[in-house]
Amino acid sequence: MAIDTIEPSSISAGAASGPRVSFRPSSAIITIAAICLIVVVASAIFAGVLAPQDPQKLAPAMRLKPGMPGFPLGTDAYGRDLLSRILHGGRISLMIGVGAAIVSVTIGLTIGLVSGFFRWADAIIMRIMDGLMAIPSILLAIAVVSLSGASLKTVLIAIIIPEIPRVVRLVRSVVLSAREEPYVEAAIAIGSSLPKILWRHLMPNTFAPLIVQGTYICASAILTEAILSFLGAGINPETPTWGNIMAEGRAFFQIKPSLIFWPGVVLSIAILSINLIGDATRDALDPRMKQRGTGK
Amino acid sequence: MIGKVVEINNLVVSVGTQPDASKILDNVSLQVSEGETLCLVGESGSGKSVTSLTIMGLLPKKILVPTHGSVRLAGEEILTATDRHLRSLRATTMAMIFQEPMTALNPVVPVGKQIDEVLRTHTSLDARSRRKRILEMMEQVRLPDVERIFASYPHRLSGGQRQRIMIAMALVLEPKLLIADEPTTALDVTTQKQILSLIRDLQKDHGTAVLFITHDMGVVAEIADRVAVMRYGHVVETGSLDAILRTPTQDYTRNLLSAVPSLVPRAARPATASAPVVLDTSELTKVYRERSMLGKVREVAAAQDVTLTLHKGRTLGIVGESGSGKSTVARCILRLIDPTSGGIRLIGREISFLSRNLLRPHRKHIQIIFQDPYRSLNPRLTVGETIAEGPVNYGMPKADALKRARELLELVDLPPDAITRYPHQFSGGQRQRIAIARALAMDPDVLVADEAVSALDVSVQAQVLQLLDDIQTRLGIALLFITHDLRVAAQICDDVIVMQHGRIVEQGPAGDILTSPKQAYTQQLLEAAPGRGWDFANFRPLATGMAAPAKTRDIALNS
Amino acid sequence: MLGYLIRRILAAIPVMGVVALVVFLLLRLTPGDPAAIIAGDLATPEQLERIRTSLGLNEPLHTQFFTWIWRILQGDFGVSLISQVSVIKMIGQRIEPTISIALSTITVAILIAVPLGVIAAWKHGTWIDRVVMSLSVLGFSVPVFVVGYVLIQIFAIEFRWLPVQGFRSITGGFGPFFERAILPTMALSFIYIALIARITRASMLEVLGEDYVRTARAKGIGEAGVLMRHALRNAAVPVITVIGTGFALLISGVVVTESVFNIPGIGRLTVDAVLARDYPVIQAMILLTSGLYVTVNLVIDLAYTLLDPRIRY
Repeated sequence: MAIDTIEPSSISAGAASGPRVSFRPSSAIITIAAICLIVVVASAIFAGVLAPQDPQKLAPAMRLKPGMPGFPLGTDAYGRDLLSRILHGGRISLMIGVGAAIVSVTIGLTIGLVSGFFRWADAIIMRIMDGLMAIPSILLAIAVVSLSGASLKTVLIAIIIPEIPRVVRLVRSVVLSAREEPYVEAAIAIGSSLPKILWRHLMPNTFAPLIVQGTYICASAILTEAILSFLGAGINPETPTWGNIMAEGRAFFQIKPSLIFWPGVVLSIAILSINLIGDATRDALDPRMKQRGTGK
Repeated sequence: MIGKVVEINNLVVSVGTQPDASKILDNVSLQVSEGETLCLVGESGSGKSVTSLTIMGLLPKKILVPTHGSVRLAGEEILTATDRHLRSLRATTMAMIFQEPMTALNPVVPVGKQIDEVLRTHTSLDARSRRKRILEMMEQVRLPDVERIFASYPHRLSGGQRQRIMIAMALVLEPKLLIADEPTTALDVTTQKQILSLIRDLQKDHGTAVLFITHDMGVVAEIADRVAVMRYGHVVETGSLDAILRTPTQDYTRNLLSAVPSLVPRAARPATASAPVVLDTSELTKVYRERSMLGKVREVAAAQDVTLTLHKGRTLGIVGESGSGKSTVARCILRLIDPTSGGIRLIGREISFLSRNLLRPHRKHIQIIFQDPYRSLNPRLTVGETIAEGPVNYGMPKADALKRARELLELVDLPPDAITRYPHQFSGGQRQRIAIARALAMDPDVLVADEAVSALDVSVQAQVLQLLDDIQTRLGIALLFITHDLRVAAQICDDVIVMQHGRIVEQGPAGDILTSPKQAYTQQLLEAAPGRGWDFANFRPLATGMAAPAKTRDIALNS
Repeated sequence: MLGYLIRRILAAIPVMGVVALVVFLLLRLTPGDPAAIIAGDLATPEQLERIRTSLGLNEPLHTQFFTWIWRILQGDFGVSLISQVSVIKMIGQRIEPTISIALSTITVAILIAVPLGVIAAWKHGTWIDRVVMSLSVLGFSVPVFVVGYVLIQIFAIEFRWLPVQGFRSITGGFGPFFERAILPTMALSFIYIALIARITRASMLEVLGEDYVRTARAKGIGEAGVLMRHALRNAAVPVITVIGTGFALLISGVVVTESVFNIPGIGRLTVDAVLARDYPVIQAMILLTSGLYVTVNLVIDLAYTLLDPRIRY
């Protein structure tokens, strides 16, 4: 059978991590993306200082007001200040993004290394990963959250589980191609132990793609959190997250579209910046570009 | 002037359009006449291929730009021609065949249809006459069973057959010029010989001008009428074949010719019968099982019943074409793959069935150098770390191992400061030296060189071969040298094993095997070696009777 | 061919086994009494007992699993805990809108994305390439519900060209169906277009660097012929693959889109079931969509053989 080279597995990482022949965003766009991201991160960190109002304070008299001094973007259905809620909402969203990226990359790297190097483990692990990948991630996530109760931890777990198989496949494919390299065979010939070969010769090959994959996971986790909240299966609705703000705004969409519009814009800009920085990182780390630089 | 098909005058090709851009081709002038073969010869990076792509108008746009000079095809200027006009000239007036027949054909279209595309694009013939024309052409390139091949996909054909399809496609409209860019480099020698004679014959029949690009002086001697030697984008020297091979005027040409290893085996070293056996295999066999659908198992013997003996301080060559199993044997001996049956004794110890862990203490006795210098070193480790890794594995303190690495770098003629640098800072030949140092760091008794000089330019090749020879003399290491190149084998081996289809065909002292082979297959191999009539290093034809076996055979092996 | 088909189907069995196991364990491994989780905090002991019996929660774990699997293999996905209606029947009633939207999305996405990707690769590095790729990054970054609401705001509220929400069956006439399907399709195809255009471009770029493309150019074939006859057919395998793996994305997107546009499809059904903890419905939906995903990818595996003669069975 000659199908191995073009099996879906070889490309699945590409779906998330982008094409192999890359799109190079111009440096101006990258700079703008980086500035946007810094602004979003900083305003989330300093939300306590920057927010004009208490994001949780209910004020029935102030329901659905347009922008005014002290309430730049107006108020929501409970009279809470929209801007303050968006600023505070960034904290949870970014925490989930970064947390999901770190945890799923760590777990995926471990499983992927084992799967790529030990044939006996590979078949079993990959069947499990295929199974997990077959379950639409949003369905799995809302099921997990609804059954285990909505908390930051369960939302995080619900987002991480579907991401792990993608990381495993990426790591495994890198390891599988690297272990065919003559320098790995040379390491076997000079008597290097198996852990040493894994650690010194195989694992470093996975770092560049994993950093890139990590940024994409970060973006997609923020997106998934927003979708979960939007569907009503996310973190407790009183906690301001971008998804929750929009979910609450749904009922009043025709009266006051800015309840969905502003958090949507901030969310999109954050995800867009992270994706663009991911693309730029991928180009910077692409070994093929490095080779070109040294004039092979 | 009559008969000039291509005239290149003072051609300059630059990287980009900036005025200070570096020049890939500088002031190149060449001519090819009707019915003539001009060989463009040079090492990698000399600008041979860029020259041919310029003629075809296939340079990558805006990256490589002809900035000066002229290229005239049958009297017509090419550099200023429109894209549309260039397209109409391709295949009709000028055609090209490439190095890699494996990738040069579209894998998802039957080959007949791919030739048909040329006719559909450039002629108004109807389907039936196109098909007739194609089948005729396929017969002309001596393809068997043309009706079947017409409908075949490329992956069903061998490398030689694919190259014949490429030639048929190139010549079907009888162009005035055929550009052949290393068309036989990826092929085995016996196939190469057939393709070369095919190009020669077709050229004679059609009066085509051929621009033949190659790095191989042997091939030059076989096919050229005239030769142009290129280096760093300049034409160093142009002349008739005889003039270039006998009386080269430029130092570079002389060096290039001197570096070509001779097919005549070097003087035999005194056989020291008392030298101990360091490696021997008995009936070593490697069988691959392919499971097809519904569980039918097909067995492919990559190596079968290989028995060999290697003495201390000697060099044993294994020669053969691709698929002969020579590399499989090497990898089995190193236990990089596990043999199916048979024995491997290393310094008297049987290692063929040892587990990974039990094997580790024995690994240091035998080391390997690989073919591809760009992939055999870990790009993320410094040269020092790479060389020191082995000794550290066997308990040497890191500082001592690095000190040893420095000594070894000196031994392989690299500067000591190389130790803190990374592989990408070195050339291919230098990397191969690093790989040799890594192997020597283990103090091995046996060094396996698996096509270790095949990827190198001929001048670098000569240096690395010299280095291996010196090391062997100095350290008394036994060398197992695997190569497809009979010239290289003749220059480095004491004994030679010839393999075909996984089996040993013939073995014995290099002097006997390479001058008076007993087996038909070995005779074919020798006969197919390009340029076998020339002693390049001494600028003269070989005295007759040395290499050429008497009987000429019609070789129609597996192409 | 038949042997290959059989082997591929056999290979899908362990995958579906893992899916079933995950779905099964999801409820059982959750801390606390599953019956209490499903019934909520205000359930009476009788209600809890009824749920336990109906789900077989009083049996040992492995017995539960095999009884459950056995029923499912017979097409019995159980009864909704809320409405007491058979799950299969519920799904059957609400599948039409989902299928309509999903099919129109796939069609629209492929028709738009593939030409975009081909052009971007052909005009590699030019402004056309940049615009296409920027749109593609944007497609990955803007959530489908934001796109949905922006579309509603523009086309339904500002310009009043189209209805805000809802769904009409195509059997009731093409006009009303089309009017209401157009915005959800646009919203849902945005990310799918981004995905397919991106992979088409990447695959085309890789193929355009191949030797046989150079051969085709050396034959004097025009650019259109080179692109369509030589490059696109060779670039097709990764594109088809991504259409298959992107199917998971589509399912997730359907769930959200149906909520935004108030479409009574199975996505909406799933969300309602999750919010009501109607476990049999959730189980059935995950199993069925996963099964669909596996089937789609199986079909795509078979399609490879039509595209690439090198792939043998």
